[in-house]
Amino acid sequence: MTDSPIEVRGLNHFFGTGEARKQAIFDINLSIARGSLTILMGPSGSGKTTLLTLIGALREIQDGSVVLLDHELHGAPEADLVALRRRLGFIFQAHNLHESLTATQNVLMGLEVHGKGNAAKQRAASHHMLDLLGLADRREYVPANLSGGQKQRVAVARALVSNPEIVLADEPTAALDKASGHTVVEMLKSLGKTRGTTTVMVTHDPRILQMADRIITLEDGRIVTDKSQ
Amino acid sequence: MSRLLTLLFGRLPIGWLQLSHNRGRLLAAVSGVAFANLLVFMQLGIMGALNGSTVAPYALLNTDIILSSQEGNTLTDSEHIARVHMFQALGVSGVANATPLYIGDLPFTLDDGTSVALLTFGVDATQTGFVTSAVAASLDRLTIENTVLLDEDTRGMPAPVLESLSSGASYSFEAMGETLTAIGTMKVGGGFLADGMLVTSDQTFLRVFPTRDSGAPDHILLRIDDGVSADTVATRLRAALPSASVRVQTTQDAKSADLAFMSSERPTGIIFGFGVFMGILVGLVIVYQVLSTDVADHLREYATFKAMGYGQSFFLGIVFEEAIVLAVFGFIPGFFVSMGLYAGLVAVTGLPVSMEASRAILVFLGTLAACTLSGGIATRRLASADPADLF
Repeated sequence: MTDSPIEVRGLNHFFGTGEARKQAIFDINLSIARGSLTILMGPSGSGKTTLLTLIGALREIQDGSVVLLDHELHGAPEADLVALRRRLGFIFQAHNLHESLTATQNVLMGLEVHGKGNAAKQRAASHHMLDLLGLADRREYVPANLSGGQKQRVAVARALVSNPEIVLADEPTAALDKASGHTVVEMLKSLGKTRGTTTVMVTHDPRILQMADRIITLEDGRIVTDKSQ
Repeated sequence: MSRLLTLLFGRLPIGWLQLSHNRGRLLAAVSGVAFANLLVFMQLGIMGALNGSTVAPYALLNTDIILSSQEGNTLTDSEHIARVHMFQALGVSGVANATPLYIGDLPFTLDDGTSVALLTFGVDATQTGFVTSAVAASLDRLTIENTVLLDEDTRGMPAPVLESLSSGASYSFEAMGETLTAIGTMKVGGGFLADGMLVTSDQTFLRVFPTRDSGAPDHILLRIDDGVSADTVATRLRAALPSASVRVQTTQDAKSADLAFMSSERPTGIIFGFGVFMGILVGLVIVYQVLSTDVADHLREYATFKAMGYGQSFFLGIVFEEAIVLAVFGFIPGFFVSMGLYAGLVAVTGLPVSMEASRAILVFLGTLAACTLSGGIATRRLASADPADLF
């Protein structure tokens, strides 16, 4: 297993076509250490989320190279991208839960992507994850009946339930109160120590900055500061 | 339901959960599919009624081979054939018996002023083998001058008259200057050509239709010997009879030819065929709209699944699951409402509109195919997009 599950080289990204074509990411070079917790910061529109989705194989790479878990994403066939996505846990900015599914069922979706398994075991794992995030009494609620913070925690549970090798999180604590936010980040940190889970997190939340191993600041699509602590 | 499906699929039944989550949307989608079904059922029902009324008169006959004039079109739209061919046919090996069939349209006016047109069959009243057993039982009574059997499903006939006839009374009426007495009934029903049928003896027929000649019936009906195939005898007859004037058809072939003629050569058939085509087309559009709207409504959620590592086959699975649910739930009301409308059409028009099992199965399978295909097309948009662009 490599020591750097995320390697970015000379990455550029553009939005729009023709006259409206606008560069969002400029020549990013980045190497993220295994088991670390990295925070991406920067004003809105600085390209944080774009960079995160490029790393997460959710956007086609236009120029440059992203090597994720030893696989080059640039020009990779769809089947490889699908396989790689299964090894990631993505926590979205909007919680993006499925409205028709209960909290448990939403979390189960994070497990079922790996194929058929023992249904009872999968259920137990999903319940355990929800319990850890303080949602034991909300297991059978649909998203419409959950608060913003509860939904965000279900989304965290869904991303973490399958023990991903990399967690990519876009403002995971924005909707959470201080205590829950702290719980989530602690969880990611301890996963890093015990399982070597690598986390890259976009956040504006000053409360969790001191918990990071590394803080990278983006401005106008370029890295302006990169501090390890 | 959800547990059962989970066991069945080995995964959460997302399609079903998605559909059942929003009852209003489910109802709208099911109504759409049901309406598409209804459209197709109605068009097929009317088409079927045309076909049914085309072959209905055959139900009175018990014949293996029919000789007709080459000039004629169908059983009831025929030209005359020389009776001499009957004697020629009797000389052909395999032909057991033969009889002439005379056909005419008998218009008359009821006491209440209703005009009724009856398709009239004149048959040899001594030849019981050429008609169905129900008619054969009353055939000897038709040897009495001016007696007839009346169709108990005749459109426009007062119900009391038909009821009294069935219970053994007789009913006399004036038609073409003759007083005819109905002494019994048989059951065929009205169609696109006439309001009902009448069976009488050839003697009475020739009296009522004085311009007709006993030497020139409409058809010659043949029975063949046991153990010989109708096709074989038909081939021999074609060799023995002048092909320029005589058409030789087995009863089965004659029915098929009549159906083909009515649906492709007559405006009614072409119009109804076009109606079926339009019904299917509109039905397809409705079903596609329902499925593609559903996919569009859930695009965000699908994008999330795609970002989590679910592949295209998973989304097709969801959409096919929805397609099956919608096809089944839409078909049930569509089927029953169509049955109701069929009954209404029968009551109003007297046409033989009925639900056939084969038609129901065909429409259901068609719905299933249309739903599945629409769902498959609707998910294509998902296949080509980056998940991040869909949030």
